[in-house]
Amino acid sequence: MKMNGAQILVKALEDQGVDVIFGYPGGAVLEIFDALRESSIDFVLVRHEQGGAHAASGYARASGKAGVCLATSGPGATNLVTGIATAYMDSVPLVAITGQVPKAMVGTDAFQEVDITGITSPITKYNYLVQDVKNLPKIVAEAFYIAQSGRPGPVLIDIPRDVSMAVAEYVPYKKVDIRSYKPTLKGHPTMIKNALKLLTQAEKPVICTGGGVISSGAHEEVKKLANLTGAKVVSTMMGLGAFPGNHPDFLGMLGTYGNEAANLAVQNCDCFLALGMRFDDRVVGDPEKFAPRAKIVHIDIDPAEIGKNIAVDIPIVGDIKNVLRDMIAQLKDITPKTNNDDYPHPNVRIEEGLNAPWVLRTLKRIGASKKLIITTDVGQHQLWAAHHLSFNEPRTLISSGGLGTMGYGIPAAIGAQLAHPEKTVVVITGDGSFQMGMPELGTIAELNLPIKIIIFNNGTLGMVRQLQHHYCNKRYTGVFFKKTVDFMHLAKAYGAEGYRIESADEVPKVFKEALENNKFTIIECPIAQEDLVLPIVLAGDGLEKMVFNP
Amino acid sequence: MKHTLAVLVENHPGVLQRVSGLFARRGYNIISLVVSETEDSSISRMTIVVDGDERIIEQVTKQLNKLIDVIKVQDVTNEDTVDRQLLLVRVNADNPAKAEIAQLMDIFRARIVDIGRKSVIVEATGDEEKIEAIIRSLQPFGIQEIVKTGICSMVRGPK
Repeated sequence: MKMNGAQILVKALEDQGVDVIFGYPGGAVLEIFDALRESSIDFVLVRHEQGGAHAASGYARASGKAGVCLATSGPGATNLVTGIATAYMDSVPLVAITGQVPKAMVGTDAFQEVDITGITSPITKYNYLVQDVKNLPKIVAEAFYIAQSGRPGPVLIDIPRDVSMAVAEYVPYKKVDIRSYKPTLKGHPTMIKNALKLLTQAEKPVICTGGGVISSGAHEEVKKLANLTGAKVVSTMMGLGAFPGNHPDFLGMLGTYGNEAANLAVQNCDCFLALGMRFDDRVVGDPEKFAPRAKIVHIDIDPAEIGKNIAVDIPIVGDIKNVLRDMIAQLKDITPKTNNDDYPHPNVRIEEGLNAPWVLRTLKRIGASKKLIITTDVGQHQLWAAHHLSFNEPRTLISSGGLGTMGYGIPAAIGAQLAHPEKTVVVITGDGSFQMGMPELGTIAELNLPIKIIIFNNGTLGMVRQLQHHYCNKRYTGVFFKKTVDFMHLAKAYGAEGYRIESADEVPKVFKEALENNKFTIIECPIAQEDLVLPIVLAGDGLEKMVFNP
Repeated sequence: MKHTLAVLVENHPGVLQRVSGLFARRGYNIISLVVSETEDSSISRMTIVVDGDERIIEQVTKQLNKLIDVIKVQDVTNEDTVDRQLLLVRVNADNPAKAEIAQLMDIFRARIVDIGRKSVIVEATGDEEKIEAIIRSLQPFGIQEIVKTGICSMVRGPK
């Protein structure tokens, strides 16, 4: 059947099982929007293209399927860039589609022309500028394959308008085979043997879950392995939920903002098994001082991550689920070990009051019976959420870990909610980040999504203020909002339920109501400007040197 | 230390940009780069000479392999290879000097490929050392302009 390029694109997306696209229209994508009219795919009109990319990313992280966003050429495309970079850093499968000026005008600085394949080359796993309508089915199939296989990541397809208009036969492209792209899935047997030897002989092994455990779907295998080897488990922020947060062997998040138990366990362990993580500087502190007594085993599907930041003793390239299954199979005769090492309890006591840790623990308690998905923005609230909520299942925390993108939480929540209509999606944010993601309140209201947004309002950019506290001798610059927003009026403007918490004893009641009301809800909780995320490891220190009272 | 990498890539537009962009962005230092189609017209071969210690070269290799368009990366630094560079150099030459240069270039198996009123162009191929030696020998005449390619490298067949 003859179709135009736009119809071929939409058909190819349907063949990939796409059910929703987040985007924004424009001149270079008119035909694509026209083709979407006839499609089974839902289109979500966001308020800013960046929100579209983040929503697609939230959808992908909640569902495990590639998220799709669509924007026009020029500014539409450049507005996607932060969202694409965010997805790239966190290995999120994303397919971004942009319109482009007609081929004959490419390179002439035409209206709304930008070299988006050039711009996104360092922040995509791959990108395409479609030259011929006949290649579209192949390109779409490859894009989804590349985005979702191996180490997942964003792929961009740039489609000149004349390609969207050109007519051709639609020939479905079934079998993707890229000779230059063959991810290694199976771990090397000798390396696996060596790793097992280390792990079983270790007295104080620690397993660290990274985001790769979640992408690989290996959470059950991690539980089994931890049980068999008696290892304690810590996690990066991206890995939270890969191992149950309420498990007695779970010590919490490690890193420069890690908690005491996790950091001490890492610095004292004799074997550190890293699963799908990349030893980011926020995770290791000073790399020279990281886990000084430990032999390090690193399992990752991306060979380039192994040995990049930290020298490892045993590298294993492969899909984590595959590798762990192979390991567990060889451990079947072993008696499960217990590890009675005493670490400080990850949940230190916290005083009741309007402070984020206590409020978040109250949310954890009240929301315990519900299926929650938490999205966050970036800043102090994000770290407090990582510490004081409990992520017991994979894909329940959606947060910008690598790029640290403020304004991520609200649009990501839209994607997460559409992927899981049955779950309760809660955005944890601060007054700074909220105002970056604010355009998408309109999208939530329009779709009538029962998303809850909890704003910790301290009238300041708390994380930057905290950095100035530590590193600028408490000289605070450019971090205070001198005009406060009336968030309750704002809630009203968007038709959302609004709660302003005035005292600690209201907190349980407000959360109970909000989690039951099935409505778009904005909750504002004032907290003190002086509150810091503690403990913290300062630049240049090893993880054991935590500062509790700076 | 200098390393020579033989990189097979898909012969698409934009591949060179992806490879050079990778080097720029990650702060690796390219000394020279040669690209050309291979016996299979769908594949190009890049010979990249890059400076760095073992750790950097390992990262360069892994990051190159990660590019979707890269088919194969081989570090041929420690292989027995034939290395060749092409040199074109225009040298000041009055009539007596022309004969002198021609003689001198015979020693290097280089040749004069163009004769101007007061200059000649010399063409030479060879490994880096030979090319350097030719340039040095021409310096006394007065070099007007030098154009060199990067190094092409091929692993020798088993003897």
